[in-house]
Amino acid sequence: MNKQYILGIETSCDETAAAVIKNGTEIVSNVVASQIETHKRFGGVVPEIASRHHVEQITIVIEEAMKKAGLDFSQLTGVAVTAGPGLVGALLIGVEAAKSIAFAHSLPLIPVHHIAGHIYANRLITEMQFPLLSLVVSGGHTELIYMEEHGHFEVIGETRDDAAGEAYDKVARVLNCPYPGGPHIDRMASEGEATIDFPRAWLEEGSYDFSFSGLKSAVINTVHNAQQRGETIVPENLAASFQESVVEVLVEKTIRAAKEYGVKQILLAGGVAANNGLRTELQKAVENLEGIELVIPPLKLCTDNAAMIAAAGSVFYEKGIRADYTLNANPGLDLESFSIK
Amino acid sequence: MKILAIDTSTNVLGVGIVNHEKVIGEYITNIKRNHSTRVLPVIDFLLKDCGIDKSEIGKIVVANGPGSYTGLRIGVTIGKTLAWTLKVPIVGVSSLKLMAASGRYFPGLISPIMDARRGNVFTGLYKYEDQKLMLVEEDKHRSAEEWGYRLKEYNQPVLFVGDDSNIHKETFTNILLNNAQFAPSSLNTAKPGELGLLGKDLDGEEAHLFKPNYLRLTEAEAKWRDENREV
Ligand SMILES: Nc1ncnc2c1ncn2[C@@H]1O[C@H](COP(=O)(O)OP(=O)(O)OP(=O)(O)O)[C@@H](O)[C@H]1O
Ligand SMILES: [Mg+2]
Repeated sequence: MNKQYILGIETSCDETAAAVIKNGTEIVSNVVASQIETHKRFGGVVPEIASRHHVEQITIVIEEAMKKAGLDFSQLTGVAVTAGPGLVGALLIGVEAAKSIAFAHSLPLIPVHHIAGHIYANRLITEMQFPLLSLVVSGGHTELIYMEEHGHFEVIGETRDDAAGEAYDKVARVLNCPYPGGPHIDRMASEGEATIDFPRAWLEEGSYDFSFSGLKSAVINTVHNAQQRGETIVPENLAASFQESVVEVLVEKTIRAAKEYGVKQILLAGGVAANNGLRTELQKAVENLEGIELVIPPLKLCTDNAAMIAAAGSVFYEKGIRADYTLNANPGLDLESFSIK
Repeated sequence: MKILAIDTSTNVLGVGIVNHEKVIGEYITNIKRNHSTRVLPVIDFLLKDCGIDKSEIGKIVVANGPGSYTGLRIGVTIGKTLAWTLKVPIVGVSSLKLMAASGRYFPGLISPIMDARRGNVFTGLYKYEDQKLMLVEEDKHRSAEEWGYRLKEYNQPVLFVGDDSNIHKETFTNILLNNAQFAPSSLNTAKPGELGLLGKDLDGEEAHLFKPNYLRLTEAEAKWRDENREV
């Protein structure tokens, strides 16, 4: 078989990233320029600032990825780029750069859905086995996705309000943690005890959807009430209680869906996959299930990166998915419309 | 040497090809439609139509601001990526200077206008001297009214260029009276061939460092600066 090299480009939020993946599974290079430090003083990602940074970083990051890979553009099989969802102005930079490279070197252009990318980060760890279930938990998404085969995506559950990562960040703000707050809450939770009984949003019987805004409000109210009464709450315990509620619902619904759909693998994806509580509890729960493998990518592949975009792009390339130079950034790109089957 | 010129700084989408001294291809639209879906297809089309292979491009000129933030980023990203990956020099030319080039035969001053909302404009002051376009006052974000009074001091005819000058026509006419003159629509759409010529003799810039001249901080940065000023 001829070697397949896909250049991946990702600029959907606040990381400018480029990577080269060989044969869909092997990382040849993986470069990420994060803007987190720039956005910190604003307490969150400022879209216009993110776009401005991407323009300044984009060719530098792609060049580094190509240099590290030791490849020429003529050796590439194709260029894959995140077309959405994400911040439109940020996405645009990656899309325009990818189109320009594809045009300059007459390469196939492959549009990739950001969440498909997050899922395909797992293929850089171990080969996918279908059918499978992926729990995507990130700053903007909380979804359970069923895949019957490569390129097929069925969203069987999703958040009706806040994404898990968003809830972490909002709770973190109430506890005065710096942005992004998720990792801080995670650390505090490990130092505390779940002493407060926060609600679990199970929703209707049998639903695989999620909801975290009620929980978030409950946490915020608890803090405000305590402040009004002049009581002190132990932040570590609050964090632990919040995390317990989030993790319990995520794990419970994932396991239930895995059983119902008879999957061979559960893939964890997205930035919140870094969460220790979630990793531990999911591992414990899967241990009790026979014939289901749990795959959790290393941290570097959980947060936004281009290796995952190239990995997904590799599969879409094989399936014949192509974009022409009219490709646009689509901030609301739908995963299922992107599904091959 | 063939030059590819790209202007996406306003509603005008312009792509031009210059061969040595000669403008050989121009594509211009002046409509409110997404630049992102159209710029590369237009470049592709125009090159093919002119019978030029992309490997023949020897230089890229981009109108690098001021203008619509998103528009600027589209042109600049395409320009810098092409320049870097095709290993050719890139140069930036002020989008306002490009607009001012329409006033080549105007005996006076030229003020290209881009509306910046709330009574503000992006503008600079230019004039032709011996067929060469010279900068008189730098491009800046200004109050239209203050700019009108500033121009009055010159006591000379001023040609306002750009569709947006119509938005401020009353302001300028009230202040400058007969000295305020307005370009016709045919001269309001910046010519990408002119852009190629304006950039022809400029030294190439480092593609990696090439970025738009927004001429304004982002709102978030401006607010942060104001809030942290006293500290
Ligand atoms: N250890 C952790 N525990 C909980 N949350 C975490 C942890 N580490 C990171 N996060 C959260 O993960 C989120 C970032 O993840 P990611 O980078 O995948 O999101 P995103 O790319 O912004 O969103 P999307 O992929 O949906 O567009 C943030 O909300 C952050 O707080
Ligand atoms: Mg992400």
